Amino acid sequence: MKVTIRGCRGSLATPGAQTLRYGGNTSCLEVWLDDGTLIVLDAGTGIRPLGLALADAQPRTIHLLLTHLHLDHLEGLGFFLPLWRPETELHIWGPPSPLEPLSLRIARYMSPPLFPVLLSDAPADVRFHDVPAEPWQIGSATIFAQPIVHPGPTVGYRIEADGAVLAYMPDHEPSLAGSIGTARPEWISGFDVARGADVLLHDAQYTEDEYSAHVGWGHSSVADAVDFARATGVRQLVLFHHDPLHTDDGLRALEARAQDCWQEDGEPPLLAMEGAELAL
Amino acid sequence: MVARPQPKDLVLILAREFASKLALSVFIADADGNLVYFNEPAERLLGQTFAETGEIRAEAWSQLYRTEELDGTPIALEQLPSGVALLERRPAHHVFAITGLDGVRREISVTAFPLLSSTTALAGIMAIFWDVEASR
Repeated sequence: MKVTIRGCRGSLATPGAQTLRYGGNTSCLEVWLDDGTLIVLDAGTGIRPLGLALADAQPRTIHLLLTHLHLDHLEGLGFFLPLWRPETELHIWGPPSPLEPLSLRIARYMSPPLFPVLLSDAPADVRFHDVPAEPWQIGSATIFAQPIVHPGPTVGYRIEADGAVLAYMPDHEPSLAGSIGTARPEWISGFDVARGADVLLHDAQYTEDEYSAHVGWGHSSVADAVDFARATGVRQLVLFHHDPLHTDDGLRALEARAQDCWQEDGEPPLLAMEGAELAL
Repeated sequence: MVARPQPKDLVLILAREFASKLALSVFIADADGNLVYFNEPAERLLGQTFAETGEIRAEAWSQLYRTEELDGTPIALEQLPSGVALLERRPAHHVFAITGLDGVRREISVTAFPLLSSTTALAGIMAIFWDVEASR
């Protein structure tokens, strides 16, 4: 399994001189399985350069797994080149809502006045799927999605393939559901998504000071991200969903704080960086 | 090999945290009727702490206390607000008497409602107990 981070900024795309190192595009991961299956996690603005990079390979089938439909995880979809190729079969997976089907909720974004072209006019063969409650197969991967603490229907994804486990929880506030360090595993939001993962990409939007002013907004402090990673026994925590106000220098300070909090054997936490590749 | 406990539905996780912050007595049961949490104010009604009891299976829950109408007529479990919320998936309210493990009979007002995480998925129920006599 090969993972490329195409976007790791949270909330709003943040291009500029102060975000050159870690990147300004919003959430998107490109995941290639060893059997040639392409899975894309989230459709933030990072999916636009991914689409350009796929121009040569032109994969016929793409599975896009959306954690939720907040704009920073969806706004790149209309600019994803494969969507505009009739040969593409695009499977879009997302959390079920008690109110509206996934297709209609996404179509709200890709319709006037928010977007000039209707999603239904895109030439690709787009198929929508509510994520099932039980694990399912995509190519050689077993995928597991579980609702997690974040405003509105939101899931975290666990991808088991090629002898490795990748967990992806870009927007998650587990401390809102109680103390992570003292709770039993079955009472920790998203525990089974991250349990024993080789790599966990997890929300670490705020410093602890910033978090105190943003409780309930759906994001984690760096200390809570570390607590969650320790509680779930992950091998490598990758700090994700960088705050738009955090410059490259500020993010380096956040990483140092995470490594202070870690105090465990094994790999210390790292910052997600746009363009970085992870081989699992 | 000891089986690992099943992860709780996210709605139950959030409900428990919410209940832990309330000064009202709150009981939370899962979709199978197992009592998975009661908060500190509720401990007085049961006569035991949650730390002592832990989670209580549905079949054992009813043995912890006796419920009856105010005139002493017994009430079937399925007629209690929690039973209605669980079995009929609708909110229910009733005033009745409960005798807990401490042997004290208390007049209580109970409102229970289903915790539906979708139109078809029942995560459990939440029941709020009000000690009528203590509030007079």
